[in-house]
Amino acid sequence: MIIGAPKEIAPGEARVALTPASATQLQKLGYECIVQSGAGEAARFSDADYEAAGVKVVKTAATLWKTADIVVKVRGPEAKEVKSIREGQTVISMFWPAQNGDMLKELADKGANVIAMDMVPRISRAQKMDALSSMANIAGYRAVIEAGNNFGRFFTGQITAAGKVPPAKVLVVGAGVAGLAAIGTATSLGAITYAFDVRPEVAEQIESMGAEFVFLDFDEEQTDGAETGGYAAPSSPEFREKQLEKFRELAPEIDIVITTALIPGRDAPKLWLEDMVAAMKPGSVVVDLAAEKGGNCDLTVEGEIVESANGVKVIGYTDFPSRMATQSSTLYATNIRHMMDDLTPEKDGQININMEDDVIRGATAAHAGAVTFPPPPPKTKAIAAVKKEKVKEKTPEEKRAEEQAAFKAQTKNQVTLLGAMAAVTLLMGMITPPSFMQHFIVFVLSVFIGFQVIWNVSHSLHTPLMAITNAISSIIILGALMQIGSGSGLVIFLAAAAVFMTGINIFGGFLVTRRMLAMFQKS
Amino acid sequence: MEFGFTTAAYVVAAVLFILSLGGLSGQESAKRAVWYGIVGMGLAVVATLIGPGTGMAGASIILIALGGAIGYQLAMRVQMTQMPELVAAMHSLVGLAAVFVGFIAHIELGRVMAMDVEGRAALEGFAALLSKKDALEVNILRIELFLGIFIGAVTFTGSVIAYGKLAGKVNTAAKKLPGGHMLNAGAAIISLFCLAAYFNGGGAFPLIVMTICALFIGYHLIMGIGGADMPVVVSMLNSYSGWAAAAIGFSLGNDLLIVVGALVGSSGAILSYIMCKAMNRSFISVILGGFGAVASTQQEIDGEMVATDTDVVASAVEEADNIIIVPGYGLAVAQAQSSVSELTKRLRAKGKNVRFAIHPVAGRLPGHMNVLLAEAKVPYDIVLEMDEINEDFPDTDVVFVIGANDIVNPAAQEDPGSPIAGMPVLEVWKAKQVFISKRGSGTGYSGIENPLFYKENSRMWYGDAKASLDALLGRIS
Repeated sequence: MIIGAPKEIAPGEARVALTPASATQLQKLGYECIVQSGAGEAARFSDADYEAAGVKVVKTAATLWKTADIVVKVRGPEAKEVKSIREGQTVISMFWPAQNGDMLKELADKGANVIAMDMVPRISRAQKMDALSSMANIAGYRAVIEAGNNFGRFFTGQITAAGKVPPAKVLVVGAGVAGLAAIGTATSLGAITYAFDVRPEVAEQIESMGAEFVFLDFDEEQTDGAETGGYAAPSSPEFREKQLEKFRELAPEIDIVITTALIPGRDAPKLWLEDMVAAMKPGSVVVDLAAEKGGNCDLTVEGEIVESANGVKVIGYTDFPSRMATQSSTLYATNIRHMMDDLTPEKDGQININMEDDVIRGATAAHAGAVTFPPPPPKTKAIAAVKKEKVKEKTPEEKRAEEQAAFKAQTKNQVTLLGAMAAVTLLMGMITPPSFMQHFIVFVLSVFIGFQVIWNVSHSLHTPLMAITNAISSIIILGALMQIGSGSGLVIFLAAAAVFMTGINIFGGFLVTRRMLAMFQKS
Repeated sequence: MEFGFTTAAYVVAAVLFILSLGGLSGQESAKRAVWYGIVGMGLAVVATLIGPGTGMAGASIILIALGGAIGYQLAMRVQMTQMPELVAAMHSLVGLAAVFVGFIAHIELGRVMAMDVEGRAALEGFAALLSKKDALEVNILRIELFLGIFIGAVTFTGSVIAYGKLAGKVNTAAKKLPGGHMLNAGAAIISLFCLAAYFNGGGAFPLIVMTICALFIGYHLIMGIGGADMPVVVSMLNSYSGWAAAAIGFSLGNDLLIVVGALVGSSGAILSYIMCKAMNRSFISVILGGFGAVASTQQEIDGEMVATDTDVVASAVEEADNIIIVPGYGLAVAQAQSSVSELTKRLRAKGKNVRFAIHPVAGRLPGHMNVLLAEAKVPYDIVLEMDEINEDFPDTDVVFVIGANDIVNPAAQEDPGSPIAGMPVLEVWKAKQVFISKRGSGTGYSGIENPLFYKENSRMWYGDAKASLDALLGRIS
């Protein structure tokens, strides 16, 4: 079958769904690849690059739509593209089926298959094709870069000959993929980063990226993000109040705010209100990654930078991934390539939409003439499904008490053991003759010395230890030597055999130990 | 006069043996420690030959020399991967020697008991020693030599089977005859009856029956223990060979034998304890059954195994600064130690921090991996124990797991229903990227699924470990 990537027609869209690298991989799956001339231009993939990778370059979009059995796109098809879609054709793109119900119906009626990259379920197995995550990652990074571009100071604190520079303070609201990427970028630029999220379980992730989790003192039981497929759920009005109060308190100190709060299927919640912007220092920057859904900030204007009365810039761009078209095209094309991988189990260049497969079922919005959206909930749970029991931090007193208890228990054990051993020894002394007891004392003391000495043996020398103990346990040769001269033929034979065997052991054991130890070398 | 000299020599030898074991606390002092052991042994043998050993000194020396020649050949030819087999084989010799010495003591005791007073007075050497004993002492002697023979016989067959399993000559899977541990218990009870009979009568028959029972117990016990429990088995047999020597020492009234036996016995016991601790299993449960016996519900594993190829591994290694290599028994099987060493050398030359993490039960013998790596000339100061390195995994870029499975299984920490729950493991999954070199996608010896393979940062690097590493070496200059 033929996979084709047309040039994106949405204005300002610089990405492309097929790169020379992903085409090479798709060809390995048995597909033939075509691309519209100039499709990769904005993402710095020239037609020549595609041709070098064995991709056929076609002149017009019309030819492409006619030839390709599978069309891969970044944005969902637009009205004029829908016209060229035919029965049996498969369209793979960021379709947003919930928002584009009518178009979906139309395509289903035509008998086309629609696979929505934005509907890939969030389970571990599907991460490699999770285009939303890979795009969010770029958006988070770019948000910090854009903020820096519009921010008049350094991120990192410096002490220079020309004076001291305080570090910038960055607040990231919403620690999803984009939020975490933003945290990582901001901290590596040297800013002091704070982050907030309504899902308490992400605190660990936030801290692992080097930011400080803004802790909200609130008792209400929070919905576990895992129940909603790893996304945040709307919060109660009381919680929201508390949250806004915290933000208000932080606003005067913060230089850069990056908001990424989104709730699936709803308008973005307003979290950074007008008064908070007003409280910020002049020259501060707010980057609103939720601008497409109405924005988290009151002042956000979609696609533009606005400056508030007190000189705070509010960035409402919606095309962050497209601003880094080469990088985002590479990642998106790889997501598509992985999707095709799963859709082509036989690697024979034939697409097989297996509706039994959780991931494919979830992403397929129209199949065989019917709308298949929304999908049933996936059988496997979301990534964050394993909830960790929080280990309670122990107070120093508790720790000390525990240590004392452990020490007492140890002492008790030791005393009991010693007592028992003493009793056994005494008992033996009562019934056995003194000649035995003499040897017994030697025995007990030797066991003792053995225990003391062996504990100090380094773990790495355990094999030599075994070899050497082996050699010295052949001390039993003394017994055989004492007996060999005493008595009859059988005795001599047995003793001779024992001497011979232990002889092997003594030499073998010591020599192999020496050989081993000689190998241990310091660097 | 002669005996005074012997005792003095024994004291010196005992001190030398203790120093020799104590010297193993560090790699450098260990090189000196072997010489202490050798001198101690030489002193003990010479002192015995000119002291209480009566006659046949020439023949004895010839026999020792013959045995020594064989021992020399063995020690020089053995591959480091075969160390477990060699150690097991040597244990069996000690066990058998203990049985022989015990029987001689029995025969001599019978001969001496049958004599009258004048006859006894005329005796020399060992028999003379026996003749001086009174009735109570004779009884004690019987118990001692009985125990010596029993432990020796168990050690002998146990070691032979352990040798067979380690050398691949006996199926390594845990196998039991129908009846299982009841057979062992039965044999042990029969032995106990034999002890009573021997104590009262003193005939050879109960002794022989007991020996057969003990031989059976050794065989059956070790047959029932699977491959990965071998470190415990070998150290246990090591311990037994020591106790057998000590028991014989009691019956011969020889303090040096007692001292050395006790040292070796406690050494083996501590090794077994460390191994059991490292598997979070009690000694009893290792002896009485394999992993298979544990019925439990394991957590289901979410995710998939992602295979990778040498190119990906090579580029990941190029970029990494901190690398940890976790070797397991598979490394020894694939004989890949020199490839690993070469890889280490090249990566270190590039200024990367390469270290090895050794789990106490990696391999088939305590410390097996250390010896293998030492043989391949990996410097020992970058080979670290689990406790030393476990905290460093989160800062590590790339971890190679080569032929190891259970010792890196996160289920031990995460899944309380897992058969290995609570076992200390190397936390490799905390590293940024883990490459697992494995022959196929099956489970390891224990049959436990390993969630590590399904983690997001894990990549399966299928193929023979040596072939994979050599292919990687080809891509790293």
